[in-house]
Amino acid sequence: MNQNIPEKWKSLYDAVLEGNAAAATAAVDAAIEANESPQTLVDEYMIPAMDDVGEKFEQNEYFVPELLISARAMKAALTKIQPLLTASGSQPKGRVALGTVKGDLHDIGKNLVAAMLEGGGFEVIDLGVDVDPDKFIDTARASKVDIIAMSALLTTTMPSMKTTIEALKAAGVRDGLKIMIGGAPITQEFADEIGADAYGDNASTAVSIARSLVAS
Amino acid sequence: MPRSLAVHSLDQFLFGRAPHPVRCGHGLVIGAGSVVPEINFTLPTIDVNADSWAEVCRQYGQMMDTVLARAVHLSVPALLVEFETVPPMTHNPDWGFEITGILAERCLRAHEKHGIAVALRVTPNDTREFNRPPLLRRGEHWEQMLRFFEGAGKAGADLLAIESTGGKEVCDDALVNADLRQVVFALGVLGARDMRFLWEHIVSRCRAGGVVPSGDTACGFANTAMTLADKGMIPKVFAAMVRVISVPRSLVAYEAGAIGPSKDCAYEGPYMKAIAGVPISMEGRTASCAHFSPLGNIAQAVCDCWSNESVANVRLLSGYAPEVSMEQLAYDCRLTNTALADSDAGARTLRDWLAVSDAVHDPQAYVLRPDVVLEIAGDLMEADTPYERTRRAARKTWSVLRDAAADGTLRLDSRETRWLERLGPAADALPDSESELFESILSELPEGSFLPAEYGL
Repeated sequence: MNQNIPEKWKSLYDAVLEGNAAAATAAVDAAIEANESPQTLVDEYMIPAMDDVGEKFEQNEYFVPELLISARAMKAALTKIQPLLTASGSQPKGRVALGTVKGDLHDIGKNLVAAMLEGGGFEVIDLGVDVDPDKFIDTARASKVDIIAMSALLTTTMPSMKTTIEALKAAGVRDGLKIMIGGAPITQEFADEIGADAYGDNASTAVSIARSLVAS
Repeated sequence: MPRSLAVHSLDQFLFGRAPHPVRCGHGLVIGAGSVVPEINFTLPTIDVNADSWAEVCRQYGQMMDTVLARAVHLSVPALLVEFETVPPMTHNPDWGFEITGILAERCLRAHEKHGIAVALRVTPNDTREFNRPPLLRRGEHWEQMLRFFEGAGKAGADLLAIESTGGKEVCDDALVNADLRQVVFALGVLGARDMRFLWEHIVSRCRAGGVVPSGDTACGFANTAMTLADKGMIPKVFAAMVRVISVPRSLVAYEAGAIGPSKDCAYEGPYMKAIAGVPISMEGRTASCAHFSPLGNIAQAVCDCWSNESVANVRLLSGYAPEVSMEQLAYDCRLTNTALADSDAGARTLRDWLAVSDAVHDPQAYVLRPDVVLEIAGDLMEADTPYERTRRAARKTWSVLRDAAADGTLRLDSRETRWLERLGPAADALPDSESELFESILSELPEGSFLPAEYGL
């Protein structure tokens, strides 16, 4: 647990940690009224709260429903703050386009990763399921994404990940972005084999992986 | 469906014996006094397309050959083979039919040459969810599925099954949020309504084509919950409740004319057998090649077919994985069938050991204990409609788990206990009628998350 949260707006940290969306937005309103920097609210209170929620999950204290309640509180607070961040020229932690690959309809894991990335301060473009490689390419070009994230649950759709990476290369957009993959049959070895930059085995670790990819 | 259970007493509730056995294929009878292995296999990592098709066909032929060779080697007297298509084979039924033919021809040859009683169960995909939100009663995917149902018998299928997914578009989010109300809506309202529509179509096609309409599964719902619970993502007590909540939905297939055996991944199967009397296929420790479950032994307690779920055709030290699974199933079935041949008392002892060895460790196992199945099944059949049964299933399961945790017959850690306490009020708060739940839940779900008209709503 984060012991270094400043007392000033700790109510915001607590609200996100407890998944209280109403309290989180109220805390944001109060902070903005007091001319607090929106970036400070995000960096010093909200993201640490989500990090701690993720840690509680990793430590088997929380289940995903509790994770998602916090993510929703985070999102509610971010909705209030986002216009101010945009006006101040502040950028999201990164922009991620994610989807379940062609031929695969499984999206529980993909949706959880999306929720956690949003909670972690990333802008997420959810391309849905059964995503054609061209759609990844078009999104990479049109939205200048930092990361492409792909999910697959079937051994018969795993090859779509490789196909997509090859298509991104052929389209000339691979070098400008990072690729992370996940899903039940996926392994680090498979990620290495197909040329992905990272593999994550759960939604919670996806955030730290995405951060390290953006930072690298 | 009559209110009284088809299985009247715990003494009658045994593996290998179902009130209504099923005859199928080449001399196979399921549920008539022995447990039959059900073998299933799938492709290794391969992109299924026109370029790879010759290799796909070769793989299926080879898998069937190795499985049958192992079955003959071990003097397996009876065998059910399941072919679950991958989506491209349902999108293009001719591909599915071609593989069906490859397998059926080998089944016939094995029967004629070695005397094995054998049948081929074919399970096309429910591809309707390729549309988001799903189009369940129209559109290209539905048309392809209908074509598959109609042509499967001619292609060589002896039985037809499906893992249907109506309501899954609501259930997935409900599961990760542990939202009992929405799960009940997804399964007890949407799922049950879709099952009625879907299975009336399947049964009519099967009857026309001389194919056995076997059964369905709540795999996309309750097994998803089981997997999420296994990964520590949702509470096990919630997953256990979802399992029983799925029962009235799965039951609709049998009300619509399916006769069994239920799908192997339908862990709700014991409830189907208790209520409808159909033989059931189950999978447990033999399915660890496909997925984890906390039900390795107890799943076998009242099974009629014993399955490996599915295994990819990869090479192991002793042979290819499908033939390895065949061997494991063969030995497990030898044991249960020896117990049955010995005496009813012997079979009941083995059944109880299978059940007791798992039940205390996990609530998902506990709700499959034969005596618990009969208790809960009897309670939910007091109601007349799928929704009312689903509501009863939620409430009764919760109280059974609470009592078991209290008296120590079920061990729960503090986190699970905390969630069990939360779920009781949620079960009690379920509205009296389907229409009341529907009206109230519409405002909770994101617009466009499902299409009410596809469910006749």
